[in-house]
Amino acid sequence: MATRVGVVLFPGTNCEHDAIEAVERLGAEAELVWHGATTASGYDALILPGGFAHGDYLRPGAIARFSPVMGAVAEFAASGGPVVGICNGFQVLTEAGLLPGALQKNRGLRFLCTTVLLRVETGATALTEGVAVGTEVAIPINHFEGNYTCDAETLARLRDEDRVVLRYVDNPNGSVDDIAGVCNEGRNVVGLMPHPERACDPLLGSEDGIVLLAALLRSASSAVGV
Amino acid sequence: MSADTTRWSAQVEVLLRSGIADPQGATIERALPALGFAGVDGVRTGKSFRFDLTAVDEASALAQATEVADRLLANPVIEESTVVVVPATDA
Repeated sequence: MATRVGVVLFPGTNCEHDAIEAVERLGAEAELVWHGATTASGYDALILPGGFAHGDYLRPGAIARFSPVMGAVAEFAASGGPVVGICNGFQVLTEAGLLPGALQKNRGLRFLCTTVLLRVETGATALTEGVAVGTEVAIPINHFEGNYTCDAETLARLRDEDRVVLRYVDNPNGSVDDIAGVCNEGRNVVGLMPHPERACDPLLGSEDGIVLLAALLRSASSAVGV
Repeated sequence: MSADTTRWSAQVEVLLRSGIADPQGATIERALPALGFAGVDGVRTGKSFRFDLTAVDEASALAQATEVADRLLANPVIEESTVVVVPATDA
């Protein structure tokens, strides 16, 4: 049976079809989950895609965190289900407390839209399962608030527990410790600012996103208790 | 006290925590000398919120407004808030 991926749609999300297209090309079935949904059962993985949920009013993710679907996302995550937040989805997951830290405005106050090189730092998360540490992937970024920050204690924990999932090879936005993506304690919730779904075809300049999304689908098919 | 005291006006100011880089504040600070302001430093940017609420007394109004600030208006990871409540004045 094909892996079933739920792609969460908030008002203002705009990368949902890219995410669906990318995972369907890898053989998964994907469908949209409206932010008003109160359950996320029946899926093997959830993606919170990029965009501007609720207009990014107040702060990116600050209002989205109170959407009804977030209770279902938290339950799905607590049961071990793989959850990936991409860009705005990462911001939503930090605001919701499912991932540590916060994303603040880029160093230099520039909106960044470019392809960057990332280094995979752990092969044991929902997004990097089975990927060799040190693998470098070229993935686009497209954000104004992607400057990852957290307090020193949190950073020490992330390092000690091997929870930095991806680092920028050449830090574009001022993120602390070059962090591009982190995971939760259970390693099944991952957030990253770059957009792997936009790097899944040679026509888009890179196919390296497939490395990460294929890993997500592997995690999804092996996740237990969901 | 009049019945008006059950309505309170809250003022919440949200600033980035000290130690968190404030690129907007830094940019504004760098622009000031061009306007002839010398020696201005420590520029911080933030957000200001105003809302009215009902509460039995000032302590309760402050507690409610502080909860609004902590749970929604500020992200405690990078921001801190200052909350003030005063009796609401009729428009």
